[in-house]
Formats: sequence, structure tokens, C-alpha cells
Amino acid sequence: MISPTDPALLSAISKATCEALKQAEIFLPPDVVGAIRNARDCETSEIARGELDNILANLKMAEDLSVPICQDTGVPVIYLTVPPDLPVTNDLFEAVNQGVRTATDTVPLRPNVVLPLSRENTRDNTGPRMPDIHVRPGEKLSVTALPKGAGAENMSRIHMLLPSEKDQIPKFVAETMLLAGGKPCPPVILGVGIGGTFDGSAALAKEALLDPIDEMTPYEREILAAVNSLGIGSMGLGGSITALAVKVKTAGCHTASLPVAVNVQCWACRRATVEVCR
Amino acid sequence: MTVTDLCTPLSHEVLFLRAGDRVTLSGMVYTARDEAHIRMQEKGIPFDPCGAVVYHCGPVIRDGRIIAAGPTTSARLNALTGFLLDNGVKGLIGKGGMSRQVVDQLRNRGVYLAFTGGCAALAAARMKLRGGFYEDLGMAEAVWAIELDHLPLVVAIDASGNDLFEGVARNAQQQFKKRFRERKEVVD
Repeated sequence: MISPTDPALLSAISKATCEALKQAEIFLPPDVVGAIRNARDCETSEIARGELDNILANLKMAEDLSVPICQDTGVPVIYLTVPPDLPVTNDLFEAVNQGVRTATDTVPLRPNVVLPLSRENTRDNTGPRMPDIHVRPGEKLSVTALPKGAGAENMSRIHMLLPSEKDQIPKFVAETMLLAGGKPCPPVILGVGIGGTFDGSAALAKEALLDPIDEMTPYEREILAAVNSLGIGSMGLGGSITALAVKVKTAGCHTASLPVAVNVQCWACRRATVEVCR
Repeated sequence: MTVTDLCTPLSHEVLFLRAGDRVTLSGMVYTARDEAHIRMQEKGIPFDPCGAVVYHCGPVIRDGRIIAAGPTTSARLNALTGFLLDNGVKGLIGKGGMSRQVVDQLRNRGVYLAFTGGCAALAAARMKLRGGFYEDLGMAEAVWAIELDHLPLVVAIDASGNDLFEGVARNAQQQFKKRFRERKEVVD
């Protein structure tokens, strides 16, 4: 076992967290850029094509100037992959927090985190149970950052369906975008969590956003077609592409339940993974 | 599609723009979000409103430079926009569109221009900070005077009452009903 309090290791975790956030904020992953380019080629509305041109120009500009893609730099959602030889302790979480503080100061990120009732801003993007840290077992110690902006997050929905209502899932997902319209900055990516528990389905929906979007199952394509038939288009200005992809994740659930969660993600599906140098 | 190049202050030329037209905008614009609208209503508009353009935006500014400045959701300002138009403002920039009330207030007076949500770097690259008012409201809520260089925009609400967002929302509603009603009939 490696001592989790080793200052060099903790500092390396902070550095990796800061770096993952920085990369996520400035560069979109290749599968997402590819999907936006593809949408630009397939979109039938001229206005929407103009919006997608702006998005592609914006991506290049962010890269050239080394600045965040969007001014809503989100709240830090972090997935920590921990190898078997490292015990999970509060020190690890504090190291991640420190990485978030450094990124806020140096990237720089907009301080978005507030206390929920007083609305007092914590000024460094950390707070009680924030960053939102998810731990998963794995081979190598790594930090994945998924900064999540509010425009799209606010349009997310969860519903406890009846076990007999399996066929209603595509309708529920499409209805989520019908209600959202242009507000979540489409073209969106929809993470759909099916099964698990009430909160578990929401966590699954968010995790689905980590999966590459250049491949989809026939079921995911069926839901995507339903969403795109609405014609909401880029920014709600109308068009054939409202969503770039639908990604589904499932988990076992109670025989009497069918939880379904839809996590809406704007076109800026920012995610990056950095391995911790040990 | 042709692109019309516009310069501030805007003149009655905006009355001839149609929803769906693509334009670029150059010249001075003024940012304002919720707090700034409330302050301007109480204490007065700190810039010449005649032909002016208000940008719904809370920028990230560091060392006098604009780092990121994409549009914010305009609908939050639905109830706070009338007095600006009454005072001669002829253009609004934002994302997501505005209410029927604002569409009516814009009739024969001005236009609403949509800028692509999330395009903060593109926006910042075409902007120079020229000054600020009501800075005590904080970075995101202050009124910033910003000079634009050909910012690409779409006329989403024109001065004749046409609203792109409204048409899209109506169509989406119809498509949704059609798709999921048909599906049910197939199952039956």
C-alpha cells in the first residue's frame, strides 16, 4: 500500500486535476468536434449551418488564444480512477479540491459555485460536496474532468416510469428537448440513465456523457431520430439536427420500478482525462 | 444568403431587416444583465440610448481585456426591456429569444439579434473593452462598453413581429404530437 498522505502524490493529484480541467475547458474531444463537423455538413437549414460555423470558429479561437470555449466554465464534476494499491481517503479529495482552486485562478475559470440557499459565492469553485467527485476502481490513477454548465444542466429531467412503460422512454427523452427548446444551447448530447435507483439513474445519465459519441447502438439511434424530428435545430433557430448523439447507460433495478434520467449536455461536451504521474 | 454589415448607432435601416437575415455588427454595444437593467431603470441609462444596442452578456474580464463574452439567456430580461426601447435602443443581442411582450415592443422600433450560445472565445476575439459603468454591480452584472468588429448574428425577431423561435417551438410541438400519436396507433 502506498501512503495516501505522501505530499508528492497529493501534489501530483492536484496538478492532474488542474490540467484535466484546463484541457477540458479549452479543447473539445475529437469525437465531439467530429460530430459538430458532421452536423455542419448534414444540416439542412442555412441559419443553423451558420450557427455551427460560429461554433467551429469558436473552437479554433479558444485553441489559438488558449482561453475557455464558453464563459460558463461550469461546475467541476470529477471522476477519479483509483488503482488497487491506493486507499481512498479524504486526503485524495482535498488534493482534487486544491487542483480545482488552482485551475480557477490560472485558466482562469468563472467562480460559479455558491451555497444553495444563501447564494453566497465561494469564489474558488469548491464548496460543501463540490467538486462533485466520483471514485471508480481502475488500473492507473487518473483524473477525468467533466465541467458542467448550467444552461444545459437546468434542462435535465428524471422520471420514475412504471415497469410496463418501457416504450415511453423515447417519448420522455424527446419531451425533455421539447420543453428545453433552444435554452440548453443545442445541438445537444443526451445522456440517458435507465434503471438503478432514483439517484442512481441520474448518475448513470451523467456517466453516459463520458462515452465517445462516434458510435451509437440501434436503440440510441432510435431515440436520436425522435429528438431530431422536433426540428429545434442549433440554438433553437430551427434545423434538422437538435442532438448530436444519445448515449444510454443501464443498471439493474427493482422489479417494480423503471427510473429514467436525462442529463442534457450542450454542444460543448467538455471532458478530459489526465493520468497522475507517480 | 447575403450578410448585411451593420454599424452602431443603428438607424431606421433595422426596420427593413427580416427574421432569418444574417448580419454582422460593428461599433459600440453595452452589456447588461438583470442587475444592470434594474439599476438603469432606477438611476438612468449611462450611455446615449439613441440607436444603441444592448448585449445580454456577463463577460469574463481580466486586466482590462475581455477573456470570454458569450451571450446569456435573454428571457430573464423579458419584463425589464421596455424602458430601453422607449428610450431609443434599437437592437438587443442575446440567446434563446424573448417573450411575445418584447416582440410587440420591438414593432416598428428595433430588432433582436441572436448570437451563438457558448461562443465566448469567438466573441472575445472580436471585442475591445472601451469602458464600464455601474462596476459596483460586479464583473458579470456591470454595464461594459464594448467595441465590436463584425460580430456574426442572426435577426431572430424583426420589427414586423416575426419571431424565429416562436415558429420553431410551434413546429416542435406539432412534430412531437404527430410522432408519438402515430406510434401509439401502430401499437394499438
